[in-house]
Amino acid sequence: MKFLSHVRNKWFCVLMGSFLVAYIIVPLAGLYLRVDIQVAMKTLKDMEVLSAMWRSVWTAAMATGVIFIFGTPLAYFLARNEFRGKSFLEAVIDVPIMVPHTVAGIAVLMIFSPKAFLGSLLIRIGLEPINSSLGIVMACIFVSIPFYVDSARDAFSAVSPRIEKVSRLLGASMGYTFFRISLPLARRGIFSGLIMSWARAVSEFGAVVIIAYHPMVAPTLIYDRFATFGLKYSTPIAVQLITLCLFMFILLRLLASGKDLGFRGEETNDLP
Amino acid sequence: MISLKGLSIDLPGFCLESLYLDIRVNEFFMIVGPSGAGKTLMLEAIAGLQEISRGEIWVGDRNITFLPPEKRNISLVYQDYALFPHLTVEENVSYGLRFSKEQDRPYVKHLISLLKIQDLSDRRPLTLSGGEQQRVALARALAVKPRLLLLDEPLSALDPVFREEIQDYLKKLHSEGITIVMVTHDFGEVLSLGEKVAVLKDGILRQVGDVSEVFRCPADPLVADFVGMKNLFPCDFVDNRAKTSEGLEFCLNGNLVRPSGFLGIRPEDITLSREIYSSSEEGNVFTGQVVSIISRGTVFEVVVRVGNSRFVSYMLASSLVEMGLHVDEEINLRIKSEMIHAL
Repeated sequence: MKFLSHVRNKWFCVLMGSFLVAYIIVPLAGLYLRVDIQVAMKTLKDMEVLSAMWRSVWTAAMATGVIFIFGTPLAYFLARNEFRGKSFLEAVIDVPIMVPHTVAGIAVLMIFSPKAFLGSLLIRIGLEPINSSLGIVMACIFVSIPFYVDSARDAFSAVSPRIEKVSRLLGASMGYTFFRISLPLARRGIFSGLIMSWARAVSEFGAVVIIAYHPMVAPTLIYDRFATFGLKYSTPIAVQLITLCLFMFILLRLLASGKDLGFRGEETNDLP
Repeated sequence: MISLKGLSIDLPGFCLESLYLDIRVNEFFMIVGPSGAGKTLMLEAIAGLQEISRGEIWVGDRNITFLPPEKRNISLVYQDYALFPHLTVEENVSYGLRFSKEQDRPYVKHLISLLKIQDLSDRRPLTLSGGEQQRVALARALAVKPRLLLLDEPLSALDPVFREEIQDYLKKLHSEGITIVMVTHDFGEVLSLGEKVAVLKDGILRQVGDVSEVFRCPADPLVADFVGMKNLFPCDFVDNRAKTSEGLEFCLNGNLVRPSGFLGIRPEDITLSREIYSSSEEGNVFTGQVVSIISRGTVFEVVVRVGNSRFVSYMLASSLVEMGLHVDEEINLRIKSEMIHAL
């Protein structure tokens, strides 16, 4: 009876889960099946498409790089400190997940428009934030921050503070301890956060289109081709973007998986 | 000598209050107390890992209160070992050597062979047993030749076999001249390892002294209870006699000046017998009824009611079987005057 019940529960979970998995796979597969091969072949050689694809990849990478540099100390600070207003700060970090991305774009535009202080400052030093790759990077940073910071914070929280304390007592400085102990132990969560952050940035449309319709990134170009020529000419680019993202995702996940240390903070107590 | 001079730590909901302590070089110093007494906090303060509110920490004639942990040359081994899980045993043990001025490789080799971890060098901590992890943690802590080794309940997470093994290693290490401060909540470990002991409860040092002194003559009922003096009776003193509030009278080994206090008797100092004792010759003799007999591992705890008072006594299993003692039986208790402690 127990076995039957176990099997029943398992199949119930599989059945319910399959619905959601199918909900993702079926529309995406539909895209691949509906692609006009001739148009797709032309698109592959279309310099505008290739340029938009490449711009999507590198602006997302730039945004992720900036988030990594500024977000890692923030994530570590949040993981290691309790203070009044921490929940509020964490909620603020998560705001980009909640707000519509067009709103995020407008918010970023307000700061970096030529009339705003920061925007005018950038223009004065020769950087153009609106309708430029710089603007795309800025919009991507805004929407991708929580994906990295949340993941890195959780990863640092799982590293036992005692391990860091022992490192200090053995003579290591705070910096050495961070780079030799904390960072390697949190690396899976950090890598996962970077992947998520990059994925969010590469697929961003709403915020980007407000700040920089031109130069076009892949999602903007897909929208542009759809509005101008219709579904037939936008689908091949969509398929290309999905293929590229899938390839990058699988590659990065493989790189990130590495060797599982199985370490979860204080759980060492329960070891044999 | 390591001295704590009025060390205080104020935390929300807990205070470590004005601790004064001297730990001599080569001493095996034990800090005991129940959970939540502030023992780990005290160790971390000595190590520089916990910000202190008031007071000073001195090593010899040097004030190290504001020295960062990496400059103190103090090692700490935690109860959960805190090994670096992404490094091999060898990398763990040699981790601190790069920061150490004198990289005494032969000494590290000696430690590795003393703690018998030479065959584990390429393994990761998570593949080791608890005892092996503890030995690696000890080797890593000692490899940097610390002036002081702090041990935070190093035996509590181990099963009995490993516990005895690590106790033996600690004795060996101490015999090589290492100053050790060990935190525990088990007074049995204090008796088998320690030279001096400090009893900490609720952030206050209740008593500091030689292990035998604290064991035999606890300073107050709280310490008495902690060191296993399970029979405590509030009483009034007149000359060399003590009368409990429940009407029992005890003859003491000397006269007491104060009018009232507590009597403390260790369970192992109470003799149970069916023989009729003459109280004038045999000390304090009472007759009572056995209330319960509970196994406590190698000994049995026998609770005897005398009037409204309850006495806890320990008997070896063999003695209990030989005697054939059972619950509700009437039994005589004998307590020698010198085994009764006035607190």
